[in-house]
Amino acid sequence: MNTNSNTYTIVYATVVVIIVAVLLALVSQVLGPRQQANVQLDQQKQILGALKQDISACNDPAALYFSLVKDTLDVNGHPVYVAVIDDEPKFVLKLKGAGLWGGIGGYLALDKDLNTIYGANFNHESETPGLGALIVELPFRQQFEGKHIRNAEGQVVSVAVLKAGTQAEGQEQVDALSGATITSTGVSDMLRTNLAEYADFLNVKRCCGHCSGKCGHHHDGEEGHHHEGCCGHHHEGEPCHHHDAQEITNE
Amino acid sequence: MALSQKTKETLLGPLNANNPVVVQVLGICSALAVTVQLKPALVMGVAVTIIVAMSNVIISLLRNTIPMRIRIIVQLVVVAALVTLVSEVLKAFAYDVAMQLSVYIGLIITNCILMGRLEAFAMTNKVWDSFLDGLGNGLGYAAILIIVAFFRELFGAGTLLGFRVIPESWYVANGGFYENCGMMMMPAMALIIVGGIIWAHRAINKEEK
Repeated sequence: MNTNSNTYTIVYATVVVIIVAVLLALVSQVLGPRQQANVQLDQQKQILGALKQDISACNDPAALYFSLVKDTLDVNGHPVYVAVIDDEPKFVLKLKGAGLWGGIGGYLALDKDLNTIYGANFNHESETPGLGALIVELPFRQQFEGKHIRNAEGQVVSVAVLKAGTQAEGQEQVDALSGATITSTGVSDMLRTNLAEYADFLNVKRCCGHCSGKCGHHHDGEEGHHHEGCCGHHHEGEPCHHHDAQEITNE
Repeated sequence: MALSQKTKETLLGPLNANNPVVVQVLGICSALAVTVQLKPALVMGVAVTIIVAMSNVIISLLRNTIPMRIRIIVQLVVVAALVTLVSEVLKAFAYDVAMQLSVYIGLIITNCILMGRLEAFAMTNKVWDSFLDGLGNGLGYAAILIIVAFFRELFGAGTLLGFRVIPESWYVANGGFYENCGMMMMPAMALIIVGGIIWAHRAINKEEK
């Protein structure tokens, strides 16, 4: 057979491509659920990291995740994970930004006052190992704990990541990583822009901070009364309620 | 199992005398990129070995049917399919490693070692020989990756495969005298180490002759 004829070449190419396409489609179908599970588990581990849970010694991070994270809210397409740790609600916000070489992301856990940072966790696609990649390490992440994302007037101003020795104006700050200026700036920008996108959540919640973490649950003695504001919805025309902490029961 | 002289040559040649990295100077780019730590280097070495061996076998099987004018394209399709397979399998069974290797798994497609072996060997040799040639070249590549990664992880982070080798108490931060070499983390240092290996390799082989 003449393997150099045009017809042969075209038929050969077609057959090869079809075989390969079918094979890859098949593999993708078979492995898809497993890959999805991995992606989800990875996300759960990162959220646990933001909640300051040590998962290195944990055999079943998924079980730990479900024991802590009670609910997921949706704020204009951005997720808020509601966790309860030591009977205190924590809100985990998802962050997404850009580093030097590729995307960076992370999770920021806030206390129920929606001001104090409980914990932070960061990830990156391809930052320089030993420099920008250090954002995933504890020493950098722990700097954020206890910082406040609001200024004295209660406006959300984020936390700045700055070179040691420089002073942020009107907001709290943590030290940048030396040798990784662009990645550090990326983290700073990511916090600022993402917190702005959560404005609806952060500002509505502020007037109803006390029912935090009790979404969908009823307060004792208030049968049938849902606090919609707790679930990321606006109180329509209603004045803000202030509930005493004592009213909240742990269910 | 006694190996014939030719078989031995095909399988073991690429490990030393005809090493794809230090003698043919192929696949340098990925050798610099994935050798910051030992684990990704190991996985990369294994992945490339599997892919070179398998694609050598497939191309060798097809060698008499492949139209000459599109042979490079056919080779690429075979390699790309195998690389995608490996990438999918890693994402399903070794997610952390897949994330660490990120784009470099995909870039195996452009690894010169693959196309080099397919063109130079598999297109003109029998299936078994091609398999051995692929295995040899993959292992030769893996060996260099592992040596480079060993030095980079040891001196760059004080660990090997994630386990601490240089005690914490030695570090300046803990009142010691030792500090990690930040340079080891940079790709430039990998090139210098590869250069060092080539130097040592040439010096030793010269003595043998």
